[in-house]
Amino acid sequence: MRAAVVTFPGSNCDRDLVVAMEACFGRPVARVWHADSELPPVDLVGLPGGFSWGDYLRCGAIAARAPIMAAVRRHAERGGYVLGICNGFQILTEAGLLPGALVRNAGLRFVCRPVRLLVANRNSAFTSAYGEGPVTIPVAHHDGNYVIDREGLARLEGEGRIAFRYLDNPNGSVADIAGVLDPRGRILGMMPHPERAVDPLLGSEDGKPLFASVLAAIGGRGGSP
Amino acid sequence: MTLAITDELLARHKLSRSEHAEIVRILGREPNLVELGIFSVMWSEHCSYKSSKIHLKKFPTAAPWVVCGPGENAGVVDIGDGLVAVFKMESHNHPSFIEPYQGAATGVGGILRDVFTMGARPVALLDALRFGDPKAPRMRHLVSGVVAGIGGYGNCVGVPTVGGECTFHPAYDGNILVNVMCVGIARADRVFYARAAGVGNPVVYIGAKTGRDGIHGATMASAEFSEADRSLRPTVQVGDPFTEKLLIEACLELMETGCIVAIQDMGAAGLTSSSFEMAARGGTGIELDLDAVPLREAGMTAYEIMLSESQERMLLVAAAGREEEAFRVCRKWGLDVAVVGRVTDTGRMVIRHRGQVVADLPVAPVSGASPVYDRPTAPLPRPVPVVAEAIRAPLDPPQALLRLLGSPDLSSKRWIFEQYDWLVGADTILPPGLGAAVVRVHGTRKALALTTDCTPRYCAADPRTGGMQAVAEAWRNLVAVGARPLAITDCLNFGNPERPAIMAQLVAAIEGMAEACRALDFPVVSGNVSLYNETDGRAILPTPQVGGLGLIEDVARLVRPDAARAGDRLLLVGESTGWLGASLFLREILGREEGAPPPVDLVVERRNGAFVSDQMRAGRVRACQDLADGGLAVALAELCLSAGTGATVDPAPSAEAETGWWFGEDQGRYLLVVPADHAAELLAAAAAAGVLARAIGTLGGDALTLGRHPPISLRAMQRAREGWLPAWMGETSGAKG
Repeated sequence: MRAAVVTFPGSNCDRDLVVAMEACFGRPVARVWHADSELPPVDLVGLPGGFSWGDYLRCGAIAARAPIMAAVRRHAERGGYVLGICNGFQILTEAGLLPGALVRNAGLRFVCRPVRLLVANRNSAFTSAYGEGPVTIPVAHHDGNYVIDREGLARLEGEGRIAFRYLDNPNGSVADIAGVLDPRGRILGMMPHPERAVDPLLGSEDGKPLFASVLAAIGGRGGSP
Repeated sequence: MTLAITDELLARHKLSRSEHAEIVRILGREPNLVELGIFSVMWSEHCSYKSSKIHLKKFPTAAPWVVCGPGENAGVVDIGDGLVAVFKMESHNHPSFIEPYQGAATGVGGILRDVFTMGARPVALLDALRFGDPKAPRMRHLVSGVVAGIGGYGNCVGVPTVGGECTFHPAYDGNILVNVMCVGIARADRVFYARAAGVGNPVVYIGAKTGRDGIHGATMASAEFSEADRSLRPTVQVGDPFTEKLLIEACLELMETGCIVAIQDMGAAGLTSSSFEMAARGGTGIELDLDAVPLREAGMTAYEIMLSESQERMLLVAAAGREEEAFRVCRKWGLDVAVVGRVTDTGRMVIRHRGQVVADLPVAPVSGASPVYDRPTAPLPRPVPVVAEAIRAPLDPPQALLRLLGSPDLSSKRWIFEQYDWLVGADTILPPGLGAAVVRVHGTRKALALTTDCTPRYCAADPRTGGMQAVAEAWRNLVAVGARPLAITDCLNFGNPERPAIMAQLVAAIEGMAEACRALDFPVVSGNVSLYNETDGRAILPTPQVGGLGLIEDVARLVRPDAARAGDRLLLVGESTGWLGASLFLREILGREEGAPPPVDLVVERRNGAFVSDQMRAGRVRACQDLADGGLAVALAELCLSAGTGATVDPAPSAEAETGWWFGEDQGRYLLVVPADHAAELLAAAAAAGVLARAIGTLGGDALTLGRHPPISLRAMQRAREGWLPAWMGETSGAKG
């Protein structure tokens, strides 16, 4: 398993994601700068949470056009795995790598709290290690209200591409959607922060199975960096 | 051209005739307008501490673990293994009242800069907020604006907001308080100071461009308000947390290169105070070229450039010849950077603009020789003690408890803290709402316990006791989570010091705080004074806000209030006299704001705290809750709600004094949750240590039963506590089951 995390100006969960991945994967994670045009050879790219470019214009809109995103797109086209968390999810929708959009929370306020999630698809590369029953992972966002048109929603539902749903919807997302997959199941975007749920001291370890799932999906295929 | 120094011109610069005479004496001539502006901000109360300086000297500031006390940008304490904690609290009261979102946001930005200026990565923010009567006009707007501003800034820069306070009292109707504390972590061998040195070294400006915003913010913060002053809105600065985030990363990266000699943020009084302070501390001079300053708008005068309080700017002295390294890092982060001057050995600040010298001032007198006033004080009124036995409660204890839990001051602040990202950094071990916040030191087993405390109603009744109590409560909160209290920062918020009654409050509060700090080995390492908190002659309650920091050597030693379990015993440590004077019960249930506050016996405080710490180290304590507002009953309720279990508590020792037993606010007390098989040992240890302790009940069930009164369900307590704030904000979704 070889992984990298991208830092955009304004990313603020990049370090946390690196720390969580290194703990779960047991090996170093590369850090990539937004202005770079190439990724190192990796199996998984993480787009972290934060406020890339200050959330100016629209959340994730400017970052989606950063030089590194062309490389992320090529990585995805080759079948590489991509995990976008919070602002990373917003960047993926702005880049067109995932459908739908994330708009202002229905309550209009930023919301930070642990939320209960249902793992809606337990067969994906990101969720296979989850058992039955709800999991608790924190959210922290102002614009996490997932919207998508009716046909798009029907496709997501029909193709099993809704990875997580909220049990107590904190932001008004359609169909309680907390995380979605691309058609090949190689790209996951989610608003909750699994990297904040890998340490029992922080109250939940429910993020660990997500990283364990990716590790299992990639298996030995990645080899040593 | 000589400037005509009229009374009107001096008044606009908030300088007195005697201060003007002193300026003329220093210069040997009349100042020009740029120079007058510089004196105005440097000698403002906000920058010069002219009313408080002689009294602030009373604070103990040293301890073996103190690396740097007051006088630098922030205080520094040793936390072992080559690491230091850097922290400070600062007020942004006036701007937040005028424009709550930007006022609070820029308050966060300013205190962050004070901390990362010293080479520390900011790891936690706390906010102590004092608002007016919930029924007062604009109060909802102020609360929602301040909270959104704090969140908008802190969330974006990625520093978790982990704790604080929020209370309400009509004395703050025209003058809310927004005090923000920031804590950072640095390597002990890489702490940066603001001492300009090395003749010929370049003075480098980095960060946002300079605009016309915030001109004279420091002088605004040094005068009383009138209602008409809301028209001062244009003097409130606008924050850009995105630029601040870039500035944090760029500065920390620059510090790694070793090319920085000195660094100072441009806070209040902007370029003026940053350049003067760096030169003064270094004993050097600086030549500034204002034509090199990155400007946001054309046509700015030297006066405007020197006094602008545009946010997100830093001034640093680089090692000569290494400017290019600074330029490279700033370009990487997309920040403006320019060499705007040089360090000299003249001891003078020489400022050029458009080919002319526009100011030429001696550094030391402007920066260090500001006038110092020993302002007169009036005798303080003596509060009459309230006789607890004479209190006739109109409600029985369970009803009174529910009323207190749903009162604005004690109600849950979930509506507020859920708007803050309290988890970013993935090190927040004890989240907001449970007492002191606890943040792990990244990558280590250590953690910092953090708290903000002050009980303004005690300070109003007796400022000396109130000052002591604020320090003692902070100390107690840190002890209660298993931390060793190290040091405090403070924010002294008072009214107009030119009024002897107000000055007396300030002096007494400082003396009370100093006494407590000495007795508890809990020195003051940084702080801020905010005076003139008055509107139309009405002063706030004296509010000497304390921010405490403690160290937990190993996170395994953390004592969590939510760790209590059914079957555990409840032990009350400390003496209960049933003190109801100045209590929350008296105010909320009987509508009486009177009486003397509970006395603070610092010897007992220290003995009880040391005992609790020892018992925690011995592994006998499962959870702990200190007793504060609302006394024993409220502490029991909070403990039960944190742990999610009920409790059965013995009746009050005397039925006549029952109100005081449940709701009295005697100091130096803790509620310990102890596994049943440890209770006897702990009581024996208490007796041996000369500490009063008694078993008062057992945890279990889903209700809190106070003696022979009907049980109060956890649900009812939860509803009472969670309901008020969302309901007041006009929402119904806040209470969660």
